[in-house]
Amino acid sequence: MAEARLEAIARECRVQILRMLAHAGSGHPGGSLSVIDILTTLYFGRLRHDAKRPDWPERDRVVLSKGHAVPALYSVLARAGYFPEGQLITLRKLGSPLQGHPDRTALPGIEAATGSLGQGLSISLGLALGLKLSGSPARVYCILGDGETQEGQVWEAAMSAPKLGRPDHPLDNLVVILDYNKIQLDNFVTKILDLEPVITKWQSFGWPVMEIDGHDIGQIVKALDQAEATRGAPTFVVAHTVKGKGVSFMENDPEWHGKAPKPTEAIAGIREILGISEGAWEDYLKTDSATRAIVDELLALGKK
Amino acid sequence: MPAKASRAAFGEALLELGARDDRIVTLDADLSKSTMTVNFGKKFPGRAFNLGIAESNMVGVAAGLALTGRIPFACSFACFVVGRFETIRISVAYTNANVKLVGTHSGIAIGEDGYSQMGLEDIACIRSLPNIGIVQPADELETKQVIAHAVEHQGPLYLRLTRQNLEPVCPPDYRFQLGRWLVLRRGHDVTLIATGGPVFNCLEAAKLLESDGISAEVINAACIKPLDDETLVRSVGKTGRVVTVEDHSIAGGLGGAVAETLAEVLPMPVKRLGVQGFGESGDLKGLYAKHGLHPAGIAASVKKFLNR
Repeated sequence: MAEARLEAIARECRVQILRMLAHAGSGHPGGSLSVIDILTTLYFGRLRHDAKRPDWPERDRVVLSKGHAVPALYSVLARAGYFPEGQLITLRKLGSPLQGHPDRTALPGIEAATGSLGQGLSISLGLALGLKLSGSPARVYCILGDGETQEGQVWEAAMSAPKLGRPDHPLDNLVVILDYNKIQLDNFVTKILDLEPVITKWQSFGWPVMEIDGHDIGQIVKALDQAEATRGAPTFVVAHTVKGKGVSFMENDPEWHGKAPKPTEAIAGIREILGISEGAWEDYLKTDSATRAIVDELLALGKK
Repeated sequence: MPAKASRAAFGEALLELGARDDRIVTLDADLSKSTMTVNFGKKFPGRAFNLGIAESNMVGVAAGLALTGRIPFACSFACFVVGRFETIRISVAYTNANVKLVGTHSGIAIGEDGYSQMGLEDIACIRSLPNIGIVQPADELETKQVIAHAVEHQGPLYLRLTRQNLEPVCPPDYRFQLGRWLVLRRGHDVTLIATGGPVFNCLEAAKLLESDGISAEVINAACIKPLDDETLVRSVGKTGRVVTVEDHSIAGGLGGAVAETLAEVLPMPVKRLGVQGFGESGDLKGLYAKHGLHPAGIAASVKKFLNR
C-alpha cells in the first residue's frame, strides 16, 4: 500500500544520504536522516510538481529552511527525476550544482537559498502570499529546524503569518513543519536554549498546531490532510523526530550533526537502514545490484 | 519645480506606476507614513502590507513575493532596512530576487532625530553585495524616473532616499539610465562628484569657486553601483583632481567606490567629503556646516585640496 511504498522510498533516500555524505567528506547526516521521512512523504505522496518543469508556476513549493539538511532534499529530488542519481556524489564538489546548502540559482527544483538559518519562513510567507495574490492553488511547505527557531527572524515571521494577507488572502496555503530532533550543532537543544513549551508558543502566536511522530508516514499524511482542510490560517506541525534516525551509531548523538561518515561507516549504516544482519550482508548484496554498486563505490573511495 | 523630498516623489511615483502595473506591492515596517507609501496603501489596500516593526521578516517576505512574480518595494529608514544585512545578503542578493529595497531618511540631513535614525553606512554595506545595484536620486524629476526604472529593471536594487526637500538639479529633458551619471556643470580645474542632497550644494559651491577663479565640473552620481566608469575617467582625465561629496560615512560610500576605481584605472588625487563618526541631533543646516557638506564648506575643502 501507499505507506509501504513511501517507507521503501525513504529507505532508498537514507542510503543515498549516507552515500553522498561519505563521498563529500563533510556535511550533515543527523538532520538529513531526521527530516527524510517528511520530505519523502511530501515529494512522493503530496506535492503537485513536475521534475520536467521545475519552474511550473502552479507547482507546490518546499522551502527547506534548515538548509544544512540538503542531502535529504537532493536524495528526493534525484529520486523524483530532477537530476540523475549519479550526480549525488558530486555533493559539495567544486562546480557542482549540489552546493553544501540549497542554491536555487544552481539547481532547478530548489526554491530558496537557505542555510543562513531563520530566513526560510519569511520567504515562505512571501511565496504563499504571492501565490494567493495570483489566485494560484499551489501550496507552500516550509521545514524548520528546531535549533533554527532560536533565530529572532523566525518569530517575526511567526507573529506575522496568521494575520498576513487577511481578510482576502489568508495564508492557509502554508504549512510549516518543525523537524524537532532535539539536537543542534553544539549539543542537545535543551542544553543550549530550550524551545519549550513549543506547542503553546506557536499557538499563542495564532497558529493551529498539530503534533506528530515525524517518522510515521501515516501520521505525516494525516497532518498534511488536516492542514489542507484548514481555512483562514497557516498550519504548524510539530514533528517529533530522532536525529540520525535509522543508523544506530548516529541516533541521538550531537557528534553526528555535522560529521560525514567514513566509507566503512557509511556501509555499516546502509546495512542497518536495509535491515540486514552482518552475517547475511554479503549474500544480500548478491541479490541487490544497486546497493552492491553503491557499496563497491564506497569501498573504492575508502582505498583512495 | 519646487523643492521636494525624494521620499515624497517616490510615494507619488508609486501611485502612478501602481495604477498601471498590478505586480507592484509595498511592504512597510510601521513607517509607511514616513516612507510615503501610505497613499499607495490607501489606493491599493490589497497590495500594501505592513509587517510591523520587523524588518528582517519584511525583507524575507519581499523575496518570497518576488519569486512569485510580484515587484515588491520593501521600505523603511535606510539604517533599519540595511541593518538586516544577512537577510538581504541571502534572501535578496544571492537569490537575485527582484526586490526593490527602499531606504528613506538617509544621512545626517534627517537632523533632530539624531544618530540612531541616521542611515550612514548603508551604501558601504550594500556595495559589498553582488547582484544588487544602488541608486540615489538627487531631485524629484530624477526620483520619479528612478522608480519607473526600478519597476522595469529585473533584479534587486537599493534605492536611497531623503527625508529633506531637494532642490531641482536635473534638466527637464533628463532621462535616468542605470550606470550612467549626469554632468550638470562643465569645468576644467576639478571634478566634484556628488550623490543625493549634496548634489545641489556642489552646484552652489561651484558658483563660489568660480568667483575665486576655479572652474569646477559637477557630476550627479545617482548610480553608485554600478559606477559610470566612462564619465568618471573622462571627467577626471580632463581635470586631474576629484572631490567626492556625500551624506554618508566617509568609509565605503561613493567616495570609496570612486577611489577604488581610480586607483586601478587612473591613479589620481582624491578628496572624499562625507560624514565622520555616527552623527548627532541638530538642525540640517548646522549639521551640514559642521561636517563641511554645505556650499561654503565644500568650496573651502576644494580650495584647500587644490592648494589655492
